[in-house]
Amino acid sequence: MVTPQVSIKNLNFFYDSTQALKDITIDIPKGSVTALIGPSGCGKSTFLRTLNRMNDIIEGTRVEGTVEIDNRDIYAKDVDIVKLRKQVGMVFQKPNPFPKSIFDNVAYGPRIHGQKNRAKLQEIVEKSLVRAALWDEVKDRLHTKGTDLSGGQQQRLCIARTLAVDPEIVLMDEPTSALDPQATSKIEDLISELSGRYTIVIVTHNMQQAARVSDYTAFFYEGEIIEFGKTKQVFTVPQKKQTEEYLTGKFS
Amino acid sequence: MVVSRKSELPIFWLMRIVTYLIVLVTLYIVIDIVVGGLPAISWEFLTAMPQRSGTMGGIGPVILGTIYLIGGTAIIAIPLGIASAIYLAEYAKPTRFTNLIRLAITTLAGVPSIVFGLFGLGLFVLLFGLGTSVIAGSFTLACLIMPTIIVASEESIRAVPRAFREGALALGASKWQMIKTQVLPYSIPGMMTGSILGISRAAGETAPIMFTAAVFFTRSTPTLTKPVMALPFHLFTLSTQVPEIEKVRPMQYGTALVLISVVVGFSLIAVLVRTYYRSKYKW
Repeated sequence: MVTPQVSIKNLNFFYDSTQALKDITIDIPKGSVTALIGPSGCGKSTFLRTLNRMNDIIEGTRVEGTVEIDNRDIYAKDVDIVKLRKQVGMVFQKPNPFPKSIFDNVAYGPRIHGQKNRAKLQEIVEKSLVRAALWDEVKDRLHTKGTDLSGGQQQRLCIARTLAVDPEIVLMDEPTSALDPQATSKIEDLISELSGRYTIVIVTHNMQQAARVSDYTAFFYEGEIIEFGKTKQVFTVPQKKQTEEYLTGKFS
Repeated sequence: MVVSRKSELPIFWLMRIVTYLIVLVTLYIVIDIVVGGLPAISWEFLTAMPQRSGTMGGIGPVILGTIYLIGGTAIIAIPLGIASAIYLAEYAKPTRFTNLIRLAITTLAGVPSIVFGLFGLGLFVLLFGLGTSVIAGSFTLACLIMPTIIVASEESIRAVPRAFREGALALGASKWQMIKTQVLPYSIPGMMTGSILGISRAAGETAPIMFTAAVFFTRSTPTLTKPVMALPFHLFTLSTQVPEIEKVRPMQYGTALVLISVVVGFSLIAVLVRTYYRSKYKW
């Protein structure tokens, strides 16, 4: 296996007294695409949100165990959460562009991190939109509202916005579940393109999608990782009975 | 269009009639004041000093006094109210204590204004030694309208979608950056609505300024640290303290008309701010 960028050890997660994640231990390799699959409510989104500490904003949650990114525990006391989220970007299930112009959407991150130089911002915005495969569609109307774009474009805008702060890891929480098949395939192409440069962790309900875009797959069930391995292996020769049953549609 | 069922019609009509009734009553009052007050309005009336207990002369300093009071109240109440709302909506943990604070605020909104007047007299005028002055009156009025502003502002802050907040936080915004860029711009219209309601109420109140800021007559031009004449109080004394009531009738109407105009004027500023933010930050 390649060097792990994210190393999770004995991770337990609680909403008040309900345990949502049970003793999760996996290593996520650098530059790879890792898909998290499993039935609804199995904890895959919760797990994703532990990687950039987005669960912190929910009252009454508790984390045990360690999540190390580049050998540093992100739950340690001295961690700067701003820096962490800059390093670990996130794309949400429902495209959530801000009701600002396309330019301002992408420039939002760099701006809050202190970039004021207009030319520099311009450069970042263009580079990010190019990487998110949206540039050609919007380059002539950067000052129209991001919310006026189509759903698929909005999601790519959100990806561009995430890339603009130059993250190393990009978390995607069912990024195509609100999109039509065409927009979905564009996003999938984009994910393949971005892999290598970024470490991508993607939650998906769509098993074909997991098979298409990911290098590694983790199968979650009732808060536990039942199986984790190379996607090809998990999909063709699953080691666990539950994985096989899920993949063949025996339960969902 | 969906046709209402027969059984719903009476209720429907009842609502319609009630609405018309309210509009009618409001219109009647406004028209009565405008018709009665317009003849009294003149340049002299708007600028001159009151003479002979307000039966002659104008209400210049009285208008100015009210503008000072409302301005002072707005400067104190709006920032404090919005700050409390931000704290309650974004920072305060939902403990029993914060619930208690909320309960206190909503209760305050229902306290009679005379109680605020006496409270202001005790705290600002006497204890803080501000004396009967514009400052003391503004603080008292601010206490009176802060609950309205806080409640409205908190509602509007909470109405900002979670996706806006999460989007900002996920990009590494600090909590305050998130609030400043993704919450406040979108909740300002709601805050302004609360402020309009509050300011309009403050402008018309007599009881809270009776002991804290207003006097029936003073020669000095309004300053922050002195007692002032104010429109509602002036109207009150014109209506109760002057023997020949018929003679001052035009003065009363004129004062009422000016008071309403001042209130509308202040509301208009808030409406403009609201419209600006609504169009700029549409969502």
